[in-house]
Amino acid sequence: MSLIKIAWRSIRQRALASGMTAFAMGLGVALVVTVLVVHSIIEQSFKRGTIGCNFIVGGKGSQYQLVLNTIFHVEQPLGNIPYQYMEELQNRYTPILQTMVPLCMGHDYKTHPAIATTQDYFDKLTYKDGDKFAFDKGRNFKDENFYEAVVGAKVAQWLGLKLDDEIEPVAPGEAKVKDSHGHHPFKIVGILKPTGTANDRAVFLNIEGFWRCPAHNPPPAEAGKTAPGKEKSPEKKPESAEEHGPDAASGHVHDETCDHEHEINREVSAILIGTKSGSPDPSVKAMTAKISALMELEINKGPVAQTVNPGRVLTTLLDTMVGKIQLILLILAVLVVVEAGIGIMVSMYNSMSDRKHDIAIMRALGASRFTVMAIILLESILLALGGGLFGLLVGHGMVAAMSSVIAEQSGVFVSGLDFRPVELILIPGLIVLAALVGYLPAMYAYKTDVAKSLMAGT
Amino acid sequence: MPDILHLREVKKNYLQPDGSVLRILDIPEFRVAVGEQLALVGKSGCGKTTLLHVIAGISRPDSGKVRIDDFDITLMSEAESDRFRAERIGYVFQTFNLLSAFSALENVLIAMRFASGRPNRARAKQLLERVGLGHRMTHRPTQLSVGEQQRVAVARALANKPKILLADEPTANVDAGHQQQVLDLIRETCREENVALMIVTHSAEVAGEFGRVDRLDDFNLAAVK
Repeated sequence: MSLIKIAWRSIRQRALASGMTAFAMGLGVALVVTVLVVHSIIEQSFKRGTIGCNFIVGGKGSQYQLVLNTIFHVEQPLGNIPYQYMEELQNRYTPILQTMVPLCMGHDYKTHPAIATTQDYFDKLTYKDGDKFAFDKGRNFKDENFYEAVVGAKVAQWLGLKLDDEIEPVAPGEAKVKDSHGHHPFKIVGILKPTGTANDRAVFLNIEGFWRCPAHNPPPAEAGKTAPGKEKSPEKKPESAEEHGPDAASGHVHDETCDHEHEINREVSAILIGTKSGSPDPSVKAMTAKISALMELEINKGPVAQTVNPGRVLTTLLDTMVGKIQLILLILAVLVVVEAGIGIMVSMYNSMSDRKHDIAIMRALGASRFTVMAIILLESILLALGGGLFGLLVGHGMVAAMSSVIAEQSGVFVSGLDFRPVELILIPGLIVLAALVGYLPAMYAYKTDVAKSLMAGT
Repeated sequence: MPDILHLREVKKNYLQPDGSVLRILDIPEFRVAVGEQLALVGKSGCGKTTLLHVIAGISRPDSGKVRIDDFDITLMSEAESDRFRAERIGYVFQTFNLLSAFSALENVLIAMRFASGRPNRARAKQLLERVGLGHRMTHRPTQLSVGEQQRVAVARALANKPKILLADEPTANVDAGHQQQVLDLIRETCREENVALMIVTHSAEVAGEFGRVDRLDDFNLAAVK
């Protein structure tokens, strides 16, 4: 019969008190695990959320709002900037530019963010650690097919969307309309493979089709005079039904307002810019760094827009806000664990006067002082570890239970099976804590006067 | 027969709360031979249990020598004397003192664990069968009758093949119908295992069954029979 078994039997004999103290320990550990796992996942998501671009250009306002809206599709977009401005940037900084992808945000489809963009979003941008976007079904939309859409994996799953379905995004609070002032339906031509990013819960529209929708282009009488960034329909108007998109190809008759003669309101919420900073050519790299700094300065000094480095903003956000909140939560969770440890000590210590006689019997049977001390310490360790394991399960269960809420609110997908290496510290940590809190009752056992205790029990 | 127990100039005093010294034991010489069985009688509070504690190494004498199987336990460290007690001395308490969280079999195994670290399950079962508890091995003390509990205590005391068995009024809490049964069991088992037996009793009837009876009186032991 091992000492562990002897300790375990003592725990079982006081099942209720032992269970409650282990449960308290479990709750503390569950809190620690939840804080660690959620923070770690958010941190990873933040770090890999740069979507393969070096800069985000958007309206003036909060840097955080710009990044959170562009990368995680949460928060409202800042003010729009004229498309002309993007063209100007493109012309001025051509030598250092590798990718330039416009985004129009602020609309949604059945509560999921609808993002208007170009096909470059999926062709040239990346996610996580440079992974290319891939399609589970269908293909990327084509810039020349105005009314094509691509949907994220989760949206397709949640809404049961499939290829050739039509979706009509609306502005928040706007009812779906089909009159001349509404949105044109977009045909789904591709369903993305899961990426584990906010893109999974978004729908993506051809930006040209989005711009052409009547809701964004009030008739001249309503629109008034031409605003900056508004221009006549572009030259690249499709020449054939084929080029005009699947709607046209499939015989769908557009109302005239989709290809209307009046001006098209071309504005973007953000521009994703990828530079040649990763070029293998050192001279290109150096030039890119120099001009990038200049570009950043010029844009931020100007009245139209601001530019931010998403990686830098996310790191700052993580360190200053998320990191501090996590630290506070972690301190609280550790305090709960310590409190649970003290609970173990109090429970065990209180039981010692009842167990003094049993300890004396063990001593009389030949157990040394160190043996009975070890049995009490093992009890404390078993309680803490048992509670800890229970806490690990509950913690990961809580993460799994919260995953949909986190995904909904932040676009970050978490799994209950996401174990962090830092959790391994919990085991030796709990053993040390258990040894510390078990020391007092163990010393009580160590100092038990065998003869007196045996006589008292006679 | 050689001695298994030899006490020489053993003195034991207690310091009372008022600072005065209470003399408990003052035994110039006391011997028990290998396999010998004797009863120890004396008035309540005369120090019989203290004497057993001193012999078992649970209490230390203030002075004198306690030799068991040619080892002087007064020269041993506490840990050595704990180990020695586990290996060579069996102890049956008046109130049985079984560990309530463990079954009858486990109570025997625990005693083996503290002695050698390697419990001999077969011997534990064999001992329980010998005391008539082969069918009650997995029962906890609370599920056993008083007589059965004392039989478990006997099996436990003999678990490590001790050289001497100290029994402190082992029949005091057993009903009259079972007293003789328990006594016979202890004596027979000790005889079979060639274990010396020293039994403390208040009962003249019990003492009368032993060929040697010693009385503890005025701190010293004197032969009665």
